[in-house]
Amino acid sequence: MQGLLPDHVATLAINISYLLVAFLFMMGLKAMSSPVTARRGIVVAGVGMLIGTVMSFLYPGMGNFALMLAAIAIGGGLAWWSGRIVAMTDMPQMIALYNGMGGGAAAAIAAVELLRMASADPVAAAAEHGPVVTALATTGAFIGTVSFSGSLIAFGKLQGLIKRSFRFKGQQIVNLLIVGATLALGASIVISAHPTMQTVVLFFALALILGVTMTLPIGGADMPVVISLYNAFTGLAVAFEGFVLENAAMIIAGIVVGSAGTLLTQLMAKAMNRSLGNVLFSGFGEGAAAAAEGVTGALKPIEASDAGVMMAFAQKVIVIPGYGMAVAQAQHKVWELCQLLIDKGVMVRFAIHPVAGRMPGHMNVLLAEAGVPYDLIADLDEINAEFDTADVALVIGANDVVNPVARTDKGSPIYGMPILNADKAKNVLVIKRGQGAGFSGIENHLFYLDNTRMVYGDAQKVAAELIHAVKAAG
Amino acid sequence: MEGVIALYIVMLAAFTGYEIIARVPVILHTPLMSGSNFVHGIVLVGAMVALGRADTVLEQVIGFIGVVLGAGNAVGGYVVTERMLQMFKASGQKNQKKKEPA
Repeated sequence: MQGLLPDHVATLAINISYLLVAFLFMMGLKAMSSPVTARRGIVVAGVGMLIGTVMSFLYPGMGNFALMLAAIAIGGGLAWWSGRIVAMTDMPQMIALYNGMGGGAAAAIAAVELLRMASADPVAAAAEHGPVVTALATTGAFIGTVSFSGSLIAFGKLQGLIKRSFRFKGQQIVNLLIVGATLALGASIVISAHPTMQTVVLFFALALILGVTMTLPIGGADMPVVISLYNAFTGLAVAFEGFVLENAAMIIAGIVVGSAGTLLTQLMAKAMNRSLGNVLFSGFGEGAAAAAEGVTGALKPIEASDAGVMMAFAQKVIVIPGYGMAVAQAQHKVWELCQLLIDKGVMVRFAIHPVAGRMPGHMNVLLAEAGVPYDLIADLDEINAEFDTADVALVIGANDVVNPVARTDKGSPIYGMPILNADKAKNVLVIKRGQGAGFSGIENHLFYLDNTRMVYGDAQKVAAELIHAVKAAG
Repeated sequence: MEGVIALYIVMLAAFTGYEIIARVPVILHTPLMSGSNFVHGIVLVGAMVALGRADTVLEQVIGFIGVVLGAGNAVGGYVVTERMLQMFKASGQKNQKKKEPA
């Protein structure tokens, strides 16, 4: 097939452009490490992507350009539209979805390669790829496919399409059997160098099923770990397929994302004081019910009007948002309340736990959307020393991340998890929808403390009442 | 590509990725994750090659799906990251969403 340029010129141009792409990606990610330059960072990386995509049309020996343009228009168009309209509170599932698409694309690249091997005659198949390349293609296919189906399940759960966590006895054994069977099939593909069509299809089917069965039992509060893990998976899958296609841009970008995603996954798991294996292979909350004793005192409700007065006359208020704030879409009202307090001379800070919400940094995005300046937002390490000096800790829809048993009760499933020390504040106000326990099913001792008052109701409604009360307090 | 050279690339890229994210403040974890989610959208160019070289109908179908997914990853990842990052503002900066204090 005749390209626009002579083959060697086109190849050189593409390789140089990929060098530029890799450079721009690095610059972009680097710029994202500060809130001041972050926005420039994504634009820089975007320019890199555009250059890479346009130059890739010049590959020698390519056809199907009409199909290609149509596919880009469909995929890009739908993603553009969905990305523009999605609410900030729904961001975790959109990121899971786009991530799954990347994993699926990597798997599709591998599928084309493996099917070509299957359909070619044995000699030609062996000549096409050595065992190393086949092994890389197969590994990438495995990881990418798991990331694809796993991310789609994560999307379904976060979107509320899948409401239950499916668990049954022996689930881990079933998962391990599927892993074993998939790896065995993968190995047979690599060794035979000329797999049958059935083997390849079965291999992909099993990998798809594995992603589903791995993700279904994982609960909502573990989603930050899962999303960052699948992000790393997709990155690695892209890198592996980059080897197969001898595409340096894919290798570099994939590995950078894989390593960054691995680090982020570790950070998230550490913030829950759990190992990655524990998140993936054990249902949270098992055996937690037994640890519910030892609660002394009672839940003491308070009217929003009194709570408002308490805050209006405080010197320092620390706000601790959690997933409940996101569900109630209360971030705008909460900031309105805080602005009122600030105008009254109250010092207001926001304390964010690393795993609050459903993805890393979920709360920060919501607060930013409401207009909260990022210098008012503090993370766990910065803020924990300040609770001693706070008059009010306002907990909005957060639960396990402020439960003091994580510090004290060795028998508790969340023992050792770093928490926000809300209990050290002079007064604790908890906005909560009902009286139930948190995601983990563990009783929260914070709610029973002498200096804690509960404000029951939807976070948005309560915030509105608090605003009213603060205004009335003059 | 030479196998050993490719390994060099992998090692250097892995360290780079680690170093870049290790210094990112916690408040930027979401945009960073979503930014790296965008970056692996480069899989689009691989999918384009797979589709461009497809001969049989089956290969074309799979390649087509691959390009749709890859384009979705790249474009979607860009749009949401950009939307999130443009919301981050410091105290001094003007924010059009700021409500009038009563």
